[in-house]
Amino acid sequence: MRDREKVRETLQACLKNGNFMVGFLILLSVLLVALFSEQIAPYGYTEQLVGGKFSPPSAEFWFGTDELGRDVFSRVVAGTRITLWVAFIGATLELVLGVTVGLICGYFGKWIDRVFSFLTDLTWCIPGTILALAVVTLLGKGLTNSVIAISLVSWASYARPVRAKTMSLKNMAFVETGTAFGESSFSLMFRYILPNVVPSLIVMVSMSLPATILSTTTLSFLGLGSQAPSPDWGLALSKGIDYIGTAPWLSVFPGIALVYTVLGFNLLGEGLRDILDPHMKSQ
Amino acid sequence: MKETLLSLEHLSIDYKIKGGYLSAVNDVSMDIRQGEIFAVVGESGCGKSTVAHSVMRLLSGGNAKIEGKILFDGRDLMICSEKEMEAVRGKEIGMIFQNPLDSLNPVYTVGNQVGEAIMLDRVDKQEAMRRAIKLFQDVKMPDAQERADSFPHELSGGMRQRVMIAMMLSRDPRLLIADEPTTALDVTIEAQILEIIKELKEKRNTAILMITHNFGLVAEAADRIAVMYAGEVVESGDVFEIFENPMHPYTRLLMKALPRKTKREGRLETIDGSVPRILDKKPGCRFANRCPYAQELCRSRTPGETTVGETHRCRCFLVSGEHASSGKGA
Repeated sequence: MRDREKVRETLQACLKNGNFMVGFLILLSVLLVALFSEQIAPYGYTEQLVGGKFSPPSAEFWFGTDELGRDVFSRVVAGTRITLWVAFIGATLELVLGVTVGLICGYFGKWIDRVFSFLTDLTWCIPGTILALAVVTLLGKGLTNSVIAISLVSWASYARPVRAKTMSLKNMAFVETGTAFGESSFSLMFRYILPNVVPSLIVMVSMSLPATILSTTTLSFLGLGSQAPSPDWGLALSKGIDYIGTAPWLSVFPGIALVYTVLGFNLLGEGLRDILDPHMKSQ
Repeated sequence: MKETLLSLEHLSIDYKIKGGYLSAVNDVSMDIRQGEIFAVVGESGCGKSTVAHSVMRLLSGGNAKIEGKILFDGRDLMICSEKEMEAVRGKEIGMIFQNPLDSLNPVYTVGNQVGEAIMLDRVDKQEAMRRAIKLFQDVKMPDAQERADSFPHELSGGMRQRVMIAMMLSRDPRLLIADEPTTALDVTIEAQILEIIKELKEKRNTAILMITHNFGLVAEAADRIAVMYAGEVVESGDVFEIFENPMHPYTRLLMKALPRKTKREGRLETIDGSVPRILDKKPGCRFANRCPYAQELCRSRTPGETTVGETHRCRCFLVSGEHASSGKGA
């Protein structure tokens, strides 16, 4: 009964928030495309010479065809899955690493905090892309490796705020109550402190996902991420750049798809921040 | 005499501060017996909460230097490992805090919190929730069943303190430490909470260590008391004995500062000054600079503990007979 009321209240807040709704609808469309990409795409993304090389956008080939005569529309649709997969894996890795380190630093303090905070600061002071390039070179090319590389670089953006929040929550009376109750440090961290960080975390995730997607795309663009014939948008952009003068549709459409998705995440994040974290409300 | 459950032996606690140590508790000894309410009374800053927290080993690690023994049921809690302490906290010794407003986890319903607490003793979820609601009824929570689904911010201060007590009761500890349990509550709720605590003592034979600055509360509930001043126990004994026959000048002044039914005219008396911060341990009585009877002797030597009656002990030269005016029966 009361739960239902709460849900309704939150839903109403969401419906009233323009940013959230637009972002939500964009991402919903992206998600649907990803789920039903086989049904939507008229051709397979590796199918060559379906209609001649470099044919411009037309009624049959909405986004035109590329240098191998593949349907660009089918490839953009197939690429949606890759992008969402990157977002999901990237967010999970970053969260697990960042939150764990942040909680441990904030909770235990002392030398543990010093050591891990030093590591966190270290990842901050090297430009992200360069560090990611180094990691990818170590791990080897490939999409999964480049996501891992990006996560290893950007977990620090979670660790810092989580650490700060943990430090202030640790001294709250309810954590002392938990201690007085015989709860272990583990339980205090994950059952008492973490749930109170979650609202800020949701916002942080939706705000940093676009960065993860863009960084992974960058790596693919540089040839270190996805390898041909993958329909990865970053890869498509980098291949299309050679023909930008003669066949701009090769790179323009994957680019638009990328902007559309990233915009969706950004708007959703901004909306969520307004709904969940009123203290940080944007003007 | 009832069996001693908790005994503090020559407990001294110093907080590390910039440029030295602050003596928060000095040479405190007391025994708390099974099934009694033992009250520690004193002004703000006299070290009473520090004593309570030290029993649970809740003082923040590096900053407090603790000496002496804390014996719980014969076991020295000072030398227990952190793992052993986890088993003692909650299960053997429960604690309720001064401010029930922030003492509950804001993200879980109160029923859930108490339920989780019960599940620490390996009880399945349904049984735990059933017991939680039973406990809410025990602490006289109105509409126990529905209130269990409330979040802490939806409850009043009194109800939250009831939740706290229910939570601590859920594991049936042998000793309950109540650190200013009613300070944040109004007088009617205070009386009800006190009733619950007294009932607890009678029905479950729980020992209760009550920390308070409220003499009224002490008179109402406690069996024995210890009066603390600037980190030391200045007087201790049976509650009736202390109220009828206070010996230490500090206790007497405190009694005079209490509103009484019999005395209707004039303002209440006050004690000038405040509890001093003791930075270095010099000999001398810590109350000397506020004491109307203070003499040279009081400033140069530390008074020892004198046994007055069977249970009554006091730390003052007036009582020990070394004071110049002690003959006049001050």
